[in-house]
Amino acid sequence: MLHDFLLSLPILTTTLWVVLLIVIEALLQRHIITKYLSLVGFAVVAASTVYVFSEQGFAFSEMVRASTISHFANFVFLLSGAIVTLISDRYLEEERIWFGEYYVMMFISILGMMLMASAANMAVLFIGLETMSIALYILAGLMRRDRRSNEAAMKYFLLGSFASGFFLYGIALIYGATGELALHRITEVLQLRGTSPLFWIGLSLLMIGLFFKISAVPFHQWTPDVYQGAPTPAAAFMSTGAKAAAFAAIISVASNFAAQLQGNLNWSSAVAIIAVASMIVGNVAALVQEELKRMLAYSSIAHAGYMLVGIAAGGAEGFSAVIYYTLVYTLMNIGAFSVVALLEAEGLGTSYSDYAGVFKKSPLLAGVMAIFMLSLAGLPPLAGFIGKYKVFAAAISAGMTWLALIGVLASAISAYYYLRVMVSMFMREPDQPLNLRTSGSALTLALVALAIVLLGIFPTEILKLTSKAIELGFAP
Amino acid sequence: MILTITIFLPFLASFLLFAFARAERFAKLYAVLVTLVTFGLGLFLALNFNAEAGFQFQHVALEQWLGSSADIKYSVALDGLSLALFVFATFMFMLGALASWSVEKSVCEYFFFLLMLETCILGIFAATDLFLYYIFWEAMLIPMYFLIGMWGGARRAEAATKFVLYMLTASLVMLVGVIYVGYMGREVNGGIFTTDYQKLLALRLPFDVEQILFWIFGLSFFVKSPLFPLHTWAADVYSESPTGAVLTGVLLKMAPYALVRFNLMLFPEASLSYAPLIGVLAVITVLYGASVAAAQRQMKRLLAFSSVSHLGFLILGIFAFSEESLQGVILYMLGSGLSTGLLFLIVAKLEQDYGSKDMHDYGGLKKTMPLAASAFLVAAMASVGLPGLSGFVGEFLILIGAFKSQALGTGLYASLSAIGVILAVVYMLPLTQRLFFGEMRQALSQLRDFNLREAVIATTMILAMLWLGLMPNSVLKFSASSSRATIEHLKAMPKQAERTQRF
Repeated sequence: MLHDFLLSLPILTTTLWVVLLIVIEALLQRHIITKYLSLVGFAVVAASTVYVFSEQGFAFSEMVRASTISHFANFVFLLSGAIVTLISDRYLEEERIWFGEYYVMMFISILGMMLMASAANMAVLFIGLETMSIALYILAGLMRRDRRSNEAAMKYFLLGSFASGFFLYGIALIYGATGELALHRITEVLQLRGTSPLFWIGLSLLMIGLFFKISAVPFHQWTPDVYQGAPTPAAAFMSTGAKAAAFAAIISVASNFAAQLQGNLNWSSAVAIIAVASMIVGNVAALVQEELKRMLAYSSIAHAGYMLVGIAAGGAEGFSAVIYYTLVYTLMNIGAFSVVALLEAEGLGTSYSDYAGVFKKSPLLAGVMAIFMLSLAGLPPLAGFIGKYKVFAAAISAGMTWLALIGVLASAISAYYYLRVMVSMFMREPDQPLNLRTSGSALTLALVALAIVLLGIFPTEILKLTSKAIELGFAP
Repeated sequence: MILTITIFLPFLASFLLFAFARAERFAKLYAVLVTLVTFGLGLFLALNFNAEAGFQFQHVALEQWLGSSADIKYSVALDGLSLALFVFATFMFMLGALASWSVEKSVCEYFFFLLMLETCILGIFAATDLFLYYIFWEAMLIPMYFLIGMWGGARRAEAATKFVLYMLTASLVMLVGVIYVGYMGREVNGGIFTTDYQKLLALRLPFDVEQILFWIFGLSFFVKSPLFPLHTWAADVYSESPTGAVLTGVLLKMAPYALVRFNLMLFPEASLSYAPLIGVLAVITVLYGASVAAAQRQMKRLLAFSSVSHLGFLILGIFAFSEESLQGVILYMLGSGLSTGLLFLIVAKLEQDYGSKDMHDYGGLKKTMPLAASAFLVAAMASVGLPGLSGFVGEFLILIGAFKSQALGTGLYASLSAIGVILAVVYMLPLTQRLFFGEMRQALSQLRDFNLREAVIATTMILAMLWLGLMPNSVLKFSASSSRATIEHLKAMPKQAERTQRF
């Protein structure tokens, strides 16, 4: 029993901290205190994750499973939450939504993500998904007086509920086919009795629910509107943390059913087709956007496509590539959204033309944005390149060279719209005089940018960690 | 270790530039000093180079860079072929930095990117790991993008975007090739993915795989070269680029170098079987580049197309598969870099001082600018291949090699591209005449001749041209054994007996 607590220490710590935050916020109603308290919370949870990092195994009647994958994923969620918390102030103040609840909701949503990453049972997976999503629905609609924010929340909520329905129905069918809810138990039953059509239908529905969360084509339609309408820091959080959590869930499902999925042509070609569709639709649609937030939304669809290439490749190589990619993607995408948020808080619009001449006024912000854009475009020696390299290498290793080729060509298209941002910032003169202040948040972003450069040049240790995580994760 | 220091010195030193943000003259001085020290280190490497041995100054670090499942590492070394280009690059960057003294906008950033570019290019010439090579090759786009986009001409943003998109598309395809070769390399590396160049040399690929890889890699290099019909980016980028001299001097040499280093060495059989086809494209490039150059009124575009024409010669020399032509290629790379580089510098000065790109707006400048006029004349002569100057020996060796090349099969290639030499006179002499002789317009009298700094640059480059022209062996002796080794490697490789017959 004590061991159970130890194994799920990060989740329990997070739960306790959420309660603490709610109580403090209710009693004091001082958002600044809630903010710093939640930052302390991130540090405490991170410390507890470090403490149990080497621990593996099931806890609480095989409901939760701690593994290196889930610990690693926890770091990604915490990183995403912490960075967003650090850069939100100015934006929230400007939009008059500076509520303590903002931070509480973010923390609750991270709790859901952690449950998703360490779920050993499909019921826990569902609880995690819902915990995360409901908090995100609220974050999307935080700007109550803004019509677009309302629309975003409504759209996200309605479509998200549909996706949850699919997900739940999938769980029911898999349960019907195998009589089990725990993932590893299902594997045992499948090995004994083989797969049935019912199981495959169930698995497809389950995956649709998760593909919705990563906004893979054709389940992506909500993404641009929601990202555009939601408060920008919240969009940054949704596009990174939530996506990483959904990918962690996909990996945990796919690696549990590895015996059935590996070498299954239907599965890998279905995922490959979705990956191709996401890469093409995301990149081509991003080309024609005039609005930066919408461009980033479509680009996040494209990036989901790249990560799905790793899932389609399957095997330890593909999965560890995806895990590394989630970390890199979190850093660079949060970075990009944060720059948008900071500039929005300074009164700048979010279309390309509004960014003209930013370099002159704030070389630091323009410089870090250039690093984020180049990394998203996948130029070495930045981390985004290593991420793409790993997923494409996994695809070629799995004999899917065509998929890698489509991937690289799609990513060549993407360079155009990332460069457009830089053209505006560095090479155009502003229409009207800009008045920008460089706030403390810019320093956070400089650190994120530095991390991207360092992860690109010295990725070795992190890569070792991700491949070790998968190795251990595959062990029964 | 000394090699690694030389490569990264410019980039690491460049961060200090921002300390001089308020004293821009010091920033310039500092940047020039850094390139000077780098050049000194390059000379040091050349003096300690053993012309008989293969790869030298090897430095390996970061083993298992991307985890234990792949043999990827930081590995640099120089052989005869790369040494010549490496030292030449340090030389050109020194002059490039000096020539950029006139930059006034965002000085620190400009030199930051220039020094970053130097590191990338030195890395390209020194990398002996395919993956590392790819990183430098792509990273080069970042400083180039900013240099063109922020300090270029009026249509700079479009030119910069065009440049990156062309290069990125081509080289991303190469990335697939790199990974593919790496997986192929497993058989020579005990079942582990490898991008180690030395190990990959021992690889025996099936012919059809070789063909695919030849084109995957080739596409990237042919775009960069630029070979007809993939040359469409070149003129725009050159005419908007602030560093035209560095661009032609060094950047364009990366692709011919890579063709020898990777396409020929790793896929010899496919290279041999496609030699006639590439030869035809090379001849077209020579003639097309020269004829389009002859029709240009814009000076920078004219020079851009003349470089395209020169590149055709280089590629013809590479695919002639003979020792002479390979030696000629190395010499010609340096020679055309110097002559076109100097022409670019002078034209850029005229454009900057007078504001017109059209050569018909100039005339009779010899009176006010005697120094520039004579420098231009020398460079133009070197560019059309006058004996005694840098262009001649290289051109001569390439044509000899191509004439008796068995891979190409016929001397027709050489004969046709020799017409390119004549065409070069057709566009280069009128340009010289138009600019410096004849009637001078009143408005032009404000143009001033070289100042001391410009005179130093021009003199250095002219001395280098004379040196290459009069003592070509001082460079060729370094590359002789590498060229021989390359050709021997190619002869040894083909599996089918009848292919060896063709040498």
